[in-house]
This record gives sequence, C-alpha cells and structure tokens, in this order.
Amino acid sequence: MNLLHQIFIEPFAFMGEAPDLLLQVLWEGFVSGILYALIALGFVLIFKASGVFNFAQGIMVVFAALTLVGFHAMGVPAILALALAIGVMFLLAVTVERVVLRPLVNQPDIILFMATFGITYFLIGFGELIFGGEPKQMITSELMLPQGRTSFDVAGGFVAVQHIDVAAAVIAVIMIATLGIFFSKTRIGRALRAVADSHKAALSVGISLNQIWVIVWFAAGIVALVTGIMWGARSDVSFALQIIALKALPVLILGGFTSIPGAIVGGLIIGFGEKLAEFYWGPIVGGGIESWFAYVIALIFLVFRPQGLFGEKIIERI
Amino acid sequence: MIYREAGQFKSNYAADMAVFPLKQDRIGIVVIILLAYSMAFFGSTFMLQAVLIPFLIFALAAIGLNMLVGYTGLLSLGTGAFMGVGAYACYKLMTIFPEVNVVVWIFVSGFFAAGIGVLFGLPSLRIKGFYLAVATLAAQFFLQWTFNRVPWLVNYNISGAIEAPRRTLFDVQIVGAAATPQARYIVVLTIVIILTWIASNIVHGRIGRQWMAIRDMDIAAELMGIRPFKAKLMAFAVSSYYCGVAGAMMVFLWYGGAEYNVFNIDQSFEILFMVIIGGLGSLIGSFFGAALIFMLPIAMGALLPAIFEPLGIRIGAETIEHLRFMILGAMIIFFLIVEPHGLARLWQIVKQKLRVWPFPY
Repeated sequence: MNLLHQIFIEPFAFMGEAPDLLLQVLWEGFVSGILYALIALGFVLIFKASGVFNFAQGIMVVFAALTLVGFHAMGVPAILALALAIGVMFLLAVTVERVVLRPLVNQPDIILFMATFGITYFLIGFGELIFGGEPKQMITSELMLPQGRTSFDVAGGFVAVQHIDVAAAVIAVIMIATLGIFFSKTRIGRALRAVADSHKAALSVGISLNQIWVIVWFAAGIVALVTGIMWGARSDVSFALQIIALKALPVLILGGFTSIPGAIVGGLIIGFGEKLAEFYWGPIVGGGIESWFAYVIALIFLVFRPQGLFGEKIIERI
Repeated sequence: MIYREAGQFKSNYAADMAVFPLKQDRIGIVVIILLAYSMAFFGSTFMLQAVLIPFLIFALAAIGLNMLVGYTGLLSLGTGAFMGVGAYACYKLMTIFPEVNVVVWIFVSGFFAAGIGVLFGLPSLRIKGFYLAVATLAAQFFLQWTFNRVPWLVNYNISGAIEAPRRTLFDVQIVGAAATPQARYIVVLTIVIILTWIASNIVHGRIGRQWMAIRDMDIAAELMGIRPFKAKLMAFAVSSYYCGVAGAMMVFLWYGGAEYNVFNIDQSFEILFMVIIGGLGSLIGSFFGAALIFMLPIAMGALLPAIFEPLGIRIGAETIEHLRFMILGAMIIFFLIVEPHGLARLWQIVKQKLRVWPFPY
C-alpha cells in the first residue's frame, strides 16, 4: 500500500507542488531527447540507404568530436579544424565503404551489423591511441556557440535554460529539416531511397551503390560531428559518450528504423520519459534508473509494436 | 596421411551419428583431455591462473553464446549480465546453504541465469536481428544496475562486492583465498568437459537441429512443425545456463571476488567476438575464439615491447590496450569478410588437407 502510494500519488503531488521543478525536468528531458534524436538520425540515414544497422554511430560521434578538439589543440584555428574534421569524416566514409561494405555486399543484415561492432572497436582503439583516453574540453567559444544561461521566473520558482541547449535544439531542427528536404527533393536523395528499397533494382537502373554508400556514411559522419559538438559542449568529449550514444537504439525502436520523424518523436519520448522517471520515481528504487529505463521502454514497446511508431509493417515471406 | 579413414566402416546408425566418427579423432580427444589434466601438475602457477583457467571459463561462456547466436541465429548482447546472474545466484546459494557442496551450487546457479535468460528472451518470439540485440541490451543494463543497487545480492556487504567464502571439495580447498590454482584448474576443467560434452549432444540432437532450422529460416521451420516458441526459449535457457555457470566459475574459481562492473557490456562484446572469430555454429570454434581473444593481449604484452624496445620506442600498457582494441576490431571485419565460419572452418580445412596429404585432393 505504501509502495503504491509512493508510485502513484507522491510523484504527482510533488509535481503539483513544485511546477518550476517539473518544467526544469521537462526542459532537461527535451534537450536530451533532441540529442538522442540527433544520434538516432545518423543511424536512420545509414539504415535507410544501405540497410546496415550502424552500431558504430556512437563511436563516430566521439571520434568526430575528438578529431575537432585534437586539431584545435595542435594550434589549428577553430573553423579550419572544423573543416579538417569534416575531411576526416569523409575519409572515414570512403574507408568504411572500401574496406567493410564493398566486400560484404549481399550478405545477411546481421553479418553487416556485426561488422559494425568491428568498426566500433577499431575506432575506440584508434581514437584512444591518437588522442588519448582522458576527457577533453569542447571548444565551445571558439566555434562561436553561445554559453551561459538565463533563468526564467515561473510560478514562484525559476527555470534555468542553458544557451547551448537552445542552440542545440535550433541546430537539430535545421539539420533535420535539411535532411528531410535532401531526401525527398534532390536527385541524390531519390537515389538513396531507391537503394534503400532494393539494392539490385537500384543497380539495374544505373545508380552507383558505392557512391551512394560513401555519400550516406559521409552524411552520417557530419551528423555525428554536429552531435559530438553539442554533447561535448554540454559535458566534455570522452569515450563515455559512446555508452550514452547507445541510448539512440531504444529511440530507434520506438520511432522505427526508417523514419526521420520517428527518430525525433522517439528521441523526445525517451528523453522526457527517462528524466521524469529518474527524478520522480528513481528515488523509490535507489536512483540511477536512467541507465536502463530507455531500454526497458523499448523492450515493452517491442512486444506490442515491433515495427515502431512510424515504421512500415514488417511482412515476412518464405 | 595422418587422417586415413580407409577401413573404418560404419555398420549401424549409432556409428553413423557419432560425434567422432573417426578412430583418429577419438584417440585425439582422449590425448587432448589427458594433456589438459596433466597441465595441472606440469603447468606453472602463472600458466594455470592467468591463462588456462580463464581460457576454459571464457570458452564455456562462448559455447553458451554460440548456441544462441551461431546455432539459433538470435543475436544477444547481454551475455555479461547473464554471467553475472550466475555469479550472484551462486554467491547467494553458497552463503544461505553453506553445507551443500559448492560444485553443486555452481551447476544450480546456471538455472537461475536460464530463468532470467528466458524472461529476456521472450521478445525474441516477435522480433529478431538487431531488434533483438537492442532488447538484450535492456537485459545488460537492467541486470547490471540490479547487481549494483540491490544490497541483498551481496549480503549487505558495504564494499558492494562479492567475495568467495572458503569451500572445499573432497577436503581440498577449491574456493577462497587459500585454494591452489591446481585444484581450481582441475575443477574448472572437469566442469567444462562435462558441459561441453552435454552441449555437443544437444546441438547434434533433435533440439540442435530445431535451432538450426530456426536459424536458417524461422518461418519455414515453423511450417515444418517446429515450435519457435519452444525452440527459441530453449535456446535462451540453455545459452544462459552455460553463461551463468561460466560467470559463477569466473568469480569463484578465478577472480575470487567481483564487483557489479565486471559483468559490463564490454564483457558481453568480448564473448560475442570469441564466437564470431571462433566460428558461428561450432563448438570447437568457441574454444579457438576464446583462446585467440584471451591470449591476444597476453601475447601482445610479451611480444610488442620485445620488438619495439630495442628500436627506442616505448610501448606502455595502455598503448597495448589500445592496439588490442584496434586489432580486435580489424579481426572481426577480416573474419566476417574472408572466413565467416571463423577459425573452426580453418581447422576443418587443415583436417581435410591432412586427410588427403600428400595429394592436393
């Protein structure tokens, strides 16, 4: 009885008592939701175009951010470092296509999935070897990103909003819109969708698979760079980000693997859900439930709607 | 030349179905087992403690995962957590019922892991591939959190760690600080041999064939009258049982104590890599994979400084760790591209060459 009271009544009473806290938690949830959505976007891009479920997206985020910070630490101006980091992501895309994807054409999805574990481990080792394992500061001010925070008075309390979070939300929205237009309006975007539908059919009408894969991995690399800058500005750039990036997987399950709007909605659901659960229900079981809450939501969701909120229905034939 | 099967006729069904149809194989396996036992007397303490015991334990975990990934085609990233369930279950059982022999509890603790495995395997009935991988990640993170946050599991130990109490088998101490590596090695080896033998029978029998049918095409298997519900959950149960026993052995017969973060996601990946590199769907491959991945850092730690130090390049322990990650990643990609059946396939090729030598075929 006491437990039920703790679960069903106390948190809501607390929410009503302190609406400013609730708003703060919701804002935090919104921001982390946007960032999860950004990582998930990288997954969706690659999955849509090549059917590869890219487990390495998380480490690509870390790697991109590390490259940027690393170049800057060598004395390269921030803007040039950004350009160089984009160049490195392009090189990575070409290498992955050449070394991993091309020899594995037409293999089962699960083999390609496992190959991306290999990419993940390689990039972890490579990144640590070159940049070292210790956390680094993101070059926020050099990239002309806003810093500091503003407090708003709400219902007797206040809600603090980090400027960088606002910037992250704005940039995420711009990026998602750009990608949406890119996918639906441009020639390359249409080719990408064709490849996603069927590799063979796309090849037969003269679309170069190899070229498309480089483009899409490069696009995912840029998404990773942006995500890395945003995450890095909120905390710092370290390999621990990679575990956080895994949270994008439940986001995908919720949103469906092929849907960009799904990634956003899924990201927001996970972001809100996780922060609310951690803040209001976490103390009942001792806290720290943020580490698994997203996965359990996804697990429950999978049992009832395996294709996700926006995914296409999975039809299997023999 | 060495493998000459001429004159060995199979005159009944039992002989045809035998796991080791060739006489040479039967002699070979006996020799290997005898050699393995003799290592307890000839091997140095370092060899036993740092190489052979962990190798056998990881091989058992890899066999468990291989039954799930290699034989049934269900990808799991929660191996580390299932090993943890075995370890914590064994600890609780050992401390609640100290009068029962610890070896019994090591075997029993696997059943707890099997139960939890079935629970988290339930989504596998509706989903597969990477969807399932994400679902097993839920098991990984949730269980790891449970190990950390539920003090009952560690008997309210303030350090939050489990420590192996002293236990004996036939009046020889095998668990606890005073147990010699020799005694522990013999126990580990015996358990691994017994469980490998059972695994071999499972995968060659009716259940194993059902798993392989599910792996190759689950809808077709269902139409042929195999119940996916039973077969998939069975795979999760058996696989988790093996992982659980391996986890219990890891803590009580190798480490001597453990914290919750031993059973993290890296552990899961390590075991998965052993399965991929060793060979999906091969028991002997699990041993090869465990040997390669576990020995790699030891070999690199010994070799790299020896090669580079004379050249004036200092190789630190962390550099070796980073290189290990890179090599591991590169090896995964290499094996998936060049030899998807892993080291086990290479072993088969060697055997075939030996059989027809000196002729090419």
